[in-house]
Amino acid sequence: MKYWRGLILAPVLLLLCTTACNKSGGGSTAGGDTIKVGEFASLTGSEAAFGQASHKGTQLAIDEINAGGGVLGKKIDLIYDDNQSMQGQSATIVRKLITRDNVIAILGEVASGRSLEAAPVCQQFKIPQISPSSTNPKVTEMGDYIFRVCFIDPFQGTVMAKFAKDTLKAKRVAVLSDAASAYSDGLQKYFKEKFIADGGEIVVDQKYSSGDKDFKAQLTAIKAANPDAIFVPGYYTEAGLIVLQARQLGITNSLFGGDGWEGPPLIQIGGDALQGCYFSTHYSSENKSPEVQEFVKKFQAKYNGETPDAMAALGYDSAMVLADAIKRAGTTDSAKLRDAIAATKDFPGVTGKTTLDEHRNASKAAVIITIKDGHFAYVETINP
Amino acid sequence: MNEFLQQLLNGLSLGAIYALIALGYTMVYGVLRFINFAHSDVFMVGAFAGYYLSRYFPKASLPGGFAVLIGAMLICALLGIVIERLAYRPLRSHSKLNVLITAIGVSLFLENTGQFIFGAAPKPSPVLFPFKLFNFGGLVLSSNQIAVFVVTIVLLISLHFIVMRTKIGTAMRALSFNPVAASLVGINNDIVISFTFGLGSALAGAGGILYSMNYPAIDPLMGILPGLKAFVAAVLGGIGNIPGAALGGVLIGVIESFSNGSHWSTWTDAIAFTLLILILLFRPSGLLGKLEVEKV
Repeated sequence: MKYWRGLILAPVLLLLCTTACNKSGGGSTAGGDTIKVGEFASLTGSEAAFGQASHKGTQLAIDEINAGGGVLGKKIDLIYDDNQSMQGQSATIVRKLITRDNVIAILGEVASGRSLEAAPVCQQFKIPQISPSSTNPKVTEMGDYIFRVCFIDPFQGTVMAKFAKDTLKAKRVAVLSDAASAYSDGLQKYFKEKFIADGGEIVVDQKYSSGDKDFKAQLTAIKAANPDAIFVPGYYTEAGLIVLQARQLGITNSLFGGDGWEGPPLIQIGGDALQGCYFSTHYSSENKSPEVQEFVKKFQAKYNGETPDAMAALGYDSAMVLADAIKRAGTTDSAKLRDAIAATKDFPGVTGKTTLDEHRNASKAAVIITIKDGHFAYVETINP
Repeated sequence: MNEFLQQLLNGLSLGAIYALIALGYTMVYGVLRFINFAHSDVFMVGAFAGYYLSRYFPKASLPGGFAVLIGAMLICALLGIVIERLAYRPLRSHSKLNVLITAIGVSLFLENTGQFIFGAAPKPSPVLFPFKLFNFGGLVLSSNQIAVFVVTIVLLISLHFIVMRTKIGTAMRALSFNPVAASLVGINNDIVISFTFGLGSALAGAGGILYSMNYPAIDPLMGILPGLKAFVAAVLGGIGNIPGAALGGVLIGVIESFSNGSHWSTWTDAIAFTLLILILLFRPSGLLGKLEVEKV
């Protein structure tokens, strides 16, 4: 009895061990001859499409920098880890990256809630953190070592409120937001403030929690209030299900959201129901500017023709901004590096010129995308 | 009025799925007096079994849909029997706490193996049955919701028949009443327990398929929340009591639907759990449970 149990357990434990050890990728070489940069991302789980896209963009930037000789005569070694899209993992991962792997800076995350978990750790160890695409304003308020290379939700909320009023001609809007997500909760607040200030009316304000699958109850209440349009500032998994269930309940109005919608699973889940829905994001691969087209070409060459989305572009920009700051600082000393990142001005990125303001945020144009016959189509660009 | 009826319909179709999962919790508790926490992950495996099986059958057709449903139920039944054989049976003579903790371990094992094999990103689940929307004067009912009602009612009636009218069902009830006396009169407890696990897991498998039909994004952690609510439903109805589990499931589904549709949608889970606490305060053995005196 004891023997066979041991025989079964041994290979299982071995398997667990190897998978656990494989997870911390990057294969760090001995310190000294490389500059170590840490990245934490949602590589698996419900926001995996974001994490994967952002990581691919970051990796592309690092490879490009290394191919050009690296920075300060050293190659950059990107050490990345996965938080499985779960709350409560990011602080541990970032602490490990800083204390065990001795990284000089942290890149990440897409989701604001998880960037907020990591920021206090980075601030405590005085290691600069650059978030590629967390839009909740609280993220950079965590301390003077926390930066981002994207716009923030008060701007995105304003853009969507204007869009609802001017383009959708909506006067009465229903809001369905995720009470358990810092991103969704922030965005719905800024949207409502602007929309009401412009004379619009919020007819129903409904909530759900990340991971919910059933939204019919909320949507039934929304249908009863008969709004002109429905604002859903959530992430793509839930947004796809919400649009699908709205159509099943016979709701024909436009649904629209923020940059959390932009992931391929949105279309896989929502399908035809998404026709005529809109969302705002950071960039469009259909933009004809040379920076964007060159980035799209490089990305497609490296990743089998996959078209990069906004998360990939911001992941790329975050690494480029960091490399530029290291070059200007001339050292990896954390205080000097922080000052160099803070001084970033008119850095030409894929998502536009990056200038970090005194609140360590970037100010950039937003892009409106619609879903047409199962793909994302560019509508317009709105400047700050 | 229309909104009220629509919310009731939404709640009933959600509650029917909770009821199917709750039956598995309650049946295992009935015969073995412990909570099988891995049950919610068997539900997840059911959804994934449907995802992979659907490749071999015609999509959006009645025969194909039922073939996938029955296939997934068989796979889950087998999984339930294997879990019981490997993880719980060796511990049967030990204290209940050991088995309970093992159940949590099995649950984590299934969730993480699922992430390893299926991948952690949500997958769109395939269309199994022909899809149609029915509109009764503003009241919308989808064919999937009708499928949920039909399948749940058929399964509940067959379960009632198995437990009350067949030899193995009688043996299950005898075992739940007194395991020692049952084995003294010639009942093979091992077989009856395996059968109970198989039956409960098959129902969870059916629940997984129905859930993924209505909410078509499946991932390896999808079982946690519905599993927790079904567990609450089982306790609410009186754990160990089969009609109680069905009633509890439907109640939780309806309450959830109404609170989600109101201004208190942030408080949905809190409302359901507060109700549970209240019911347990006044009826400690649940709505339909019999009060039993613990024998020492």
